[in-house]
Amino acid sequence: MANSFTRMMTGRNPAVLLAVGAGSLASGYLLTENAAAAERRRLYPPSADFPDLRKHNNCMAAALTPTIYARLRDRTTPNNWTLDQCIQTGVDNPGHPFIKTVGMVAGDEESYEVFAELFDPVIKDRHNGYDPRTMKHPTDLDSSKVTSGMFDEHYVLSSRVRTGRSIRGLSLPPACSRSERREVERVVVTALSGLKGDLSGRYYSLGDMTDREQQQLIDEHFLFDKPVSPLLTAAGMARDWPDARGIWHNNERNFLIWINEEDHTRIISMEKGGNMKRVFERFCRGLKQVEHLIQERGWEFMWNERMGYILTCPSNLGTGLRAGVHIRLPFLSKDPRFKKILDNLRLQKRGTGGVDTAATGDTFDISNLDRLGKSEVELVQLVIDGVNYLIECEKRLERGQDIKIPSPIAQFRK
Amino acid sequence: MPFGNTHNNFKLNYKVEEEFPDLSKHNNHMAKVLTKEIYGKLRDKQTPSGYTLDDVIQTGVDNPGHPFIMTVGCVAGDEESYEVFKDLLDPVISDRHGGYKPTDKHKTDLNFENLKGGDDLDPNYVLSSRVRTGRSVKGFTLPPHNSRGERRLIEKLSVEALTSLDGEFKGKYYPLKSMTDAEQEQLIADHFLFDKPVSPLLTCAGMARDWPDGRGIWHNDNKTFLVWVNEEDHLRVISMQKGGNMREVFRRFCVGLQKIEEIFKKHNHGFMWNEHLGYILTCPSNLGTGLRGGVHVKLPKLSTHAKFEEILTRLRLQKRGTGGVDTASVGGVFDISNADRLGSSEVYQVQLVVDGVKLMVEMEKKLEKGEAIDSMIPAQK
Repeated sequence: MANSFTRMMTGRNPAVLLAVGAGSLASGYLLTENAAAAERRRLYPPSADFPDLRKHNNCMAAALTPTIYARLRDRTTPNNWTLDQCIQTGVDNPGHPFIKTVGMVAGDEESYEVFAELFDPVIKDRHNGYDPRTMKHPTDLDSSKVTSGMFDEHYVLSSRVRTGRSIRGLSLPPACSRSERREVERVVVTALSGLKGDLSGRYYSLGDMTDREQQQLIDEHFLFDKPVSPLLTAAGMARDWPDARGIWHNNERNFLIWINEEDHTRIISMEKGGNMKRVFERFCRGLKQVEHLIQERGWEFMWNERMGYILTCPSNLGTGLRAGVHIRLPFLSKDPRFKKILDNLRLQKRGTGGVDTAATGDTFDISNLDRLGKSEVELVQLVIDGVNYLIECEKRLERGQDIKIPSPIAQFRK
Repeated sequence: MPFGNTHNNFKLNYKVEEEFPDLSKHNNHMAKVLTKEIYGKLRDKQTPSGYTLDDVIQTGVDNPGHPFIMTVGCVAGDEESYEVFKDLLDPVISDRHGGYKPTDKHKTDLNFENLKGGDDLDPNYVLSSRVRTGRSVKGFTLPPHNSRGERRLIEKLSVEALTSLDGEFKGKYYPLKSMTDAEQEQLIADHFLFDKPVSPLLTCAGMARDWPDGRGIWHNDNKTFLVWVNEEDHLRVISMQKGGNMREVFRRFCVGLQKIEEIFKKHNHGFMWNEHLGYILTCPSNLGTGLRGGVHVKLPKLSTHAKFEEILTRLRLQKRGTGGVDTASVGGVFDISNADRLGSSEVYQVQLVVDGVKLMVEMEKKLEKGEAIDSMIPAQK
């Protein structure tokens, strides 16, 4: 898998070649510069523009110093994307005392290189010390390696695995123009129409959907909305909505792809019940087939061996993978050790509406915390083992027996 | 976005058809005017500060509009936008401002003595009077485009100018980011405080970036003269008081504005103005005078009369709810103000408000007595 990404590009965007691969890049260089812009830079040195981050609590604000800003402010990626554009969302959204958001996004693959001086510490902060300059990220989509992936369905109501993929050579959602976004849609929808068997399905463009189709997709929890979160809108991801946005799903309704929401694509495999192994098997198979289909036409996914799959938000680098279940834990959720158990298992809980929602009753969304530094197989196995442990705890508490907090799992392979 | 052409040159690799926005469901002035030909002609242009056509139209693409309310759908990023993108903005201006032509000249008249009357609107009906306008400071880009450094410098210059005022204009500046809770409550109670924009018309145009950095409110000790710094425009200047003495409100408005302008000119940063478009502001709807002069007036009977809308149209006035734009009226009290901005002077527009409101109050009194008002309905102004 790794080797296929280090071979030469098929000519989509030669400038990208400069960004791919290890080592520090010489710069951003300015493709266009006119006298007025130069004059303005003289009038406004970087110190005049340094954002006021004193009330901010996000990874970008913690990492950005006036020195870094001064070095990076006037650089651009080959597509003319700037540092200010990367950090705008973090400046506009000071964050929450309890939840540390990332506070910056990439506009294109090269952002992670041109602005490495800021992205690297942010990545380290968000991904538990992972250093993209020195470490390698393992990619492993061989679902046959996963064991014990069948949960007790008395507790587990549904199982789901999601990730994102970006199309190399096209700008990411904060930066893309309308034609780039439409090209992403064309490339992906064409590839998806080549899927066969249990994966064959159809595409629903957001702009052309009928009311009935829309209601059906909402009822099935498939439909995504125009982003309202200021984290996303301040990053420019909702521009031109709903142009070139859509949803594809297979006829069996357990393999689903979002196009041009927060990433070029979000790929989701899900089903009711506890068969996580089958969910992951379909996930890997579907992903590989889609990748093969786009490669036939000369496209590929953004990936490199230091950061794995490249996505818009640094929090999703690596695998971009969130594997989780909706699970009922009436006893365990009331136990004061619940949070510590989750922490040590490297799991997080969310409400059943997804991120930033509250749980209803005793049902929780439990999924992996980590994305980068461990492979897909490792993370899914971690979720399987962790959820099985939670179910064991729940059963023991039901029987009046005591439970143990497990020892903490090591955070990533060095 | 500041300093660069942000990605524009890269987009030129794609054909016009591929980049042209889908405006099929849109109802705003930009969508009505923009064609593939105009788009093709303007897409490779940029102002000296790097503002591009896509920047101008983004808010109109993101906000399809309303079947009943025609929004403008485009903004300027700097003074030069109105020149560089005139092939789009001239027709938009013409549509929005009653057929105003690219060759027309706009008259500026801030001599309050030219206003006739206006000091005797019946306070039993006219609860409050207010005049507002906007000003842009020459040498800086506008709120959709400016950098933090520019915005801060605009704030610094504005605060210097305002804190040097004395007499009836002596006052204080409250920066949004360091306001105390007590100050904030007082400003809300006085109806002075402006919020971070939530309207997508403004946020999609990039005007809320870096909030609340560089934003603030200044008002005089008497609480009758108020300046907003770095909200939708560089400056919004407001003169207001309870009751119906519009003449006094307008006097203070004109005097205050001229004092402020003198100070800015001394620093070689006068206000953006030209003889074709008058005062240059972010939204094309506010070109010309940028002036909205209005009253809160009780018209419970007249507002339910069949000819109310027509009377307003003929008087060149518009109604809003007492919460301002896009709000409903409460208890028969309406916000009545001038509809025009470009093509007539400040004095002329305020005169329309004064004369028109006076007439409508007379009509209200007649209706109270059960008399007809048909003979009072005016000709189209």
